Amino acid sequence: MNEWVDGLFAPFMEFSFMRRALVACLALGLGCGPVGVLLTLRRMSLMGDALSHAVLPGAAIGFLIAGFSLAAMSIGGFAAGLTVALLAGLVTRFTGQREDASFAAFYLISLALGVLIVSTRGSSVDLLHVLFGTILAVDDASLILVASIASLTLVTLALIYRLLIVECFDPGFLQSVQGWGAAYHLLFLILVVLNLVAGFQALGTLMAVGLMMLPAAAARFWAQEVWSVTAVAAGIAVLSGYLGLLLSYHHDLPSGPAIILTAGMVYLLSIVLGHRDGLLVRFLPRLHLQS
Amino acid sequence: MIQLENLTVCYDRHPAVHHLSGAFASGSLTAIVGPNGAGKSTLLKAIMGLLPVTTGRIDHAALKRSDIAYLPQQAQIDRQFPITVLDVVLLGHWRRIGSLGAVTAERESRAVDALAAVELADFRRRPIRSLSAGQFQRVLFARMLLQDARLILLDELFTAIDARTTADLLTVVRAWHVERRTVIAVLHDLEQVRTHFPETLLLARSGIAWGQTDYVLTPDHLQRARHMAEAWDENAPPCAVTP
Repeated sequence: MNEWVDGLFAPFMEFSFMRRALVACLALGLGCGPVGVLLTLRRMSLMGDALSHAVLPGAAIGFLIAGFSLAAMSIGGFAAGLTVALLAGLVTRFTGQREDASFAAFYLISLALGVLIVSTRGSSVDLLHVLFGTILAVDDASLILVASIASLTLVTLALIYRLLIVECFDPGFLQSVQGWGAAYHLLFLILVVLNLVAGFQALGTLMAVGLMMLPAAAARFWAQEVWSVTAVAAGIAVLSGYLGLLLSYHHDLPSGPAIILTAGMVYLLSIVLGHRDGLLVRFLPRLHLQS
Repeated sequence: MIQLENLTVCYDRHPAVHHLSGAFASGSLTAIVGPNGAGKSTLLKAIMGLLPVTTGRIDHAALKRSDIAYLPQQAQIDRQFPITVLDVVLLGHWRRIGSLGAVTAERESRAVDALAAVELADFRRRPIRSLSAGQFQRVLFARMLLQDARLILLDELFTAIDARTTADLLTVVRAWHVERRTVIAVLHDLEQVRTHFPETLLLARSGIAWGQTDYVLTPDHLQRARHMAEAWDENAPPCAVTP
């Protein structure tokens, strides 16, 4: 029994790099969970994926200029992600091409550019670093960055929460009472990119979006109002971070995939067990009510 | 209240509303009828400022955006969205609460009253996905009751709605008329229009007739509206009417 409890807490008490990683996951989860829920509500689940790839060339350029510097790579990644989001948004607005198509086009260009830059100038180890991250090497500077982005995200979401919800539930209504909601859409995309940049050092560009989408997708099976779905998603994200770190510590696995796979397991369990439309609830015969 | 002066609204240079002039008087209750593609919804959107005016103009007099309530065709709303009935109705307070204002107990009780007016008081905690099409239309009406608008635009509000709901919602529309609000509704059922709407605009891109319902809905006028060509002529020459 004691051994079990030890296994749950000892790694974090013993090693400061594990404590840092845990705090990073906590902050990431709190920011990414709510952003992910809003992405799914706006039917933009795959847009997060696209943006996470779009971050790559900026990070690569930052890497080339300044080496493995968090600041340079974060700024580069943010700029690249934002550029793709803006270009895709502009093309959609001015040509009428659907947003998913223009996003796909620009992120592919961006991704190829990123791989090209890394492979001509760096080694494949560098590429792996950028793609998969190293949460166990999180230092104080990146902790501050991740925590600041999480705080900024939560404060901004609190300020534009009602607008975002109305804009995706009934855009026509928002337009009729308030004028266009495109500015808030853009602000929201900036938040998405910021959170991907936050996740990218810890989890890598490929994995960062996992902590955004998987908890959000799982949470829909447990709650039925936006605020409660959001709270559940943030909880699942934080829990996945904690369990994933333990898994990676005890079984000597890479931390990024361990965290995302934990979130994936929570998602799979939610599909089966979730009490909102989960499989069990759907197919288990239950007595119906009188009215 | 709303004055149209030689209004033309185009999609891709083809007119959907063509050289329409006239006025919706303050406090009037007007039905817009006409064949498919006659420009009925287009006209409402142009009044809302959602579509650019090609030529002519719309005079909104002293109306502000918040004085207008607009119910578009239902298809544009995501009815699976995780939100409760009460929260949807509370949006009707938008002019007062905006994105940050508090929903006070008084505002909430007014929303509950509005739900009671459309006979959905017991539904307030329900998620909207559990509602039928008719019930959901009632919810949107409750929201408009809170909007307290001077001009109300309704686009095909009775499509796929049961008879009882239709009758109840028509009662609400009549009450708005009694309160001297201006109501413009796109409708299909001519019997309904004759019974409940004192004025009618018969539209077939151009205005066929506009005025008292009995004067507008004559066999002769309806015949002319039916003859409107539904398809665009791809080789149509530029319109010669000077703006």
